[in-house]
Amino acid sequence: MKVQNNKAWWLVLPVFLLVAFSAIVPMMTVVNYSVQDIFDHSTRYFVGVDWYKQVLQDTRLHDSLLRQFIFSACVLLIEIPLGIAIALCMPTKGRMASLVLIVLAIPLLIPWNVVGTIWQIFGRADIGLLGWSLNSLGISYNYASNTSDAWVTVLIMDVWHWTSLVALLCYSGLRAIPDVYYQAARIDRASDWAVFRHIQLPKLKSVLLIAVMLRFMDSFMIYTEPFVLTGGGPGNATTFLSQTLTQMAIGQFDLGPAAAFSLVYFLIILLVSWLFYTAMTHNDKTR
Amino acid sequence: MAEIRLHNLAHSYSRAPTESADYAIREMNHVWEQGGAYALLGPSGCGKSTLLNIISGLLSPSHGEVQFDGKVVNALPPELRNIAQVFQFPVVYDTMTVFDNLAFPLRNQGMNEAKILTKVNEIAEVLELHPLLHKRARNLTADEKQKVSMGRGLVRDDVSAILFDEPLTVIDPHLKWKLRRKLKQIHEQFNITMVYVTHDQLEASTFADKIAVMYGGQIVQFGTPRELFERPSHTFVGYFIGSPGMNLIDVLPYAGGVRFNNTVLPLSAALNRRLAERPGAKLKIGIRPEFVHVWDGPNEDALCGEVVHVEDLGTYKILTLMLDGQSLKVRLQEDQPVPQQQVYLSFPAQWLMLYADDFLVEAQTPEVQP
Repeated sequence: MKVQNNKAWWLVLPVFLLVAFSAIVPMMTVVNYSVQDIFDHSTRYFVGVDWYKQVLQDTRLHDSLLRQFIFSACVLLIEIPLGIAIALCMPTKGRMASLVLIVLAIPLLIPWNVVGTIWQIFGRADIGLLGWSLNSLGISYNYASNTSDAWVTVLIMDVWHWTSLVALLCYSGLRAIPDVYYQAARIDRASDWAVFRHIQLPKLKSVLLIAVMLRFMDSFMIYTEPFVLTGGGPGNATTFLSQTLTQMAIGQFDLGPAAAFSLVYFLIILLVSWLFYTAMTHNDKTR
Repeated sequence: MAEIRLHNLAHSYSRAPTESADYAIREMNHVWEQGGAYALLGPSGCGKSTLLNIISGLLSPSHGEVQFDGKVVNALPPELRNIAQVFQFPVVYDTMTVFDNLAFPLRNQGMNEAKILTKVNEIAEVLELHPLLHKRARNLTADEKQKVSMGRGLVRDDVSAILFDEPLTVIDPHLKWKLRRKLKQIHEQFNITMVYVTHDQLEASTFADKIAVMYGGQIVQFGTPRELFERPSHTFVGYFIGSPGMNLIDVLPYAGGVRFNNTVLPLSAALNRRLAERPGAKLKIGIRPEFVHVWDGPNEDALCGEVVHVEDLGTYKILTLMLDGQSLKVRLQEDQPVPQQQVYLSFPAQWLMLYADDFLVEAQTPEVQP
């Protein structure tokens, strides 16, 4: 088709401006830092991709990237199935239904800092209910000195904080399935498992896609809770990417490498989210 | 194979039903015989779907029994009744292929794959689903999906009755008659009891050998399409079946017959006797527009009415007239002369029905049903 004129572009302009101010301009400043070595406003050197090279070879970052992937994988592997299971068990009618909804929503309403503090106190061996109980049962538990204790605590804390989100999303997805599907399945003598596998799970797919993406992105950017709970320790055991980045940018004031790493970080999230999206919507396109 | 018998069946959705309005199904006795093609016809909200769900076991009745071949099945869940049900909106398992959809009920029974392959192919042949067998069910059109849902019922050897709950609602008009014919064929081929719920009299009469008309939670008449047309046993059947419906006029008893305003209609001696047994009943007479006799000219025995309106519907005309303050509709054949202003008409005794409290008054004591 022959283009008559380009007036339509004017209609796109407002959106373009909006995106420019909300995303492109702030990001370009980071790009700016990532390719220069800046001392003050008059002393700066263009360094090309040097910072990127440095960052990609930094073993400290490799370690926290690996830690981060393991953590996000654990989060998804626990929270998604658990969330689905909770949603399947939730009552659908009556006062119990609203009560359960409220109870599930509570963790979602608590600020990240507070969640970290709650678990920090809850897990303490001297005064925390969890820590004290475990220790008095003869199970040695100390998240401040034991690496695996710290890991498990951070993980459980995240599960406690965010599984509700998955459960609520799945619950709404389940409610949207018309009764007639269950009736047809009963007539076809489908087992509970077959109903789950062939009716519920396929109908949950779109909400699960949202749940997986949200939980991946959030867990991959986790910062506040482990920072409050363990401060990244013991050692570097629970230092995830955001915290490493913060240390680099604010602790050591290495703005160049930090900027380069920010962009790599962003691209990783973008890439993995895209992979999830493509994998989960792949089937819709095949005929 | 099953004969479905409903014994003193009633159902209410409310927990403590007190009056008859609380009942979706009012107490009824009814038999669907093995191998019959039945329609359950009635307006929206008359309890058709409730009755269907009770038969299939999706709903448990509050009173009475459902019997299959004389065995009470109230306590059996749908999966243990040998029944298939096709719903208004086609239900397919989206992620499976058409083949897997059809195989699903068989796999749930644990049938071996070789036998499943034969059965599925057999049914796909009948339903003309062969070219689609390996397509994903999600990408089918509505009528194809509905065929798949039917197929899931037909594929099972153990199914003795299929219940259809307005299965053609979402199907394009030009495909409706095709699917309906398919159903008819399947019925002849498989000797399965079929109960077809609809609110469309045309659908009911083309599909079914016998139609049960439901109204207000009751089956008010059960008969062949012809019986429903010629002798509606309830004013609702008269009104609901036929186009336009039966003419119904409120009347009062009068010496030797009934009257409305100044018009007296004599009744047979037998009817008069039966009428005398029902003092105080609300009376109506009913006559089909097709059965009103229109005289070519003035006639002493005829009643005289005024023409209000003539509607030409191509092969016939609908004449609306006023007879002593009552509006009547008369169906005129194409070749019949159309009266101008004055019309002389009479009601042939054999087609004039008398209703007391909405139920037909039979001249003879009705034969006791075996």
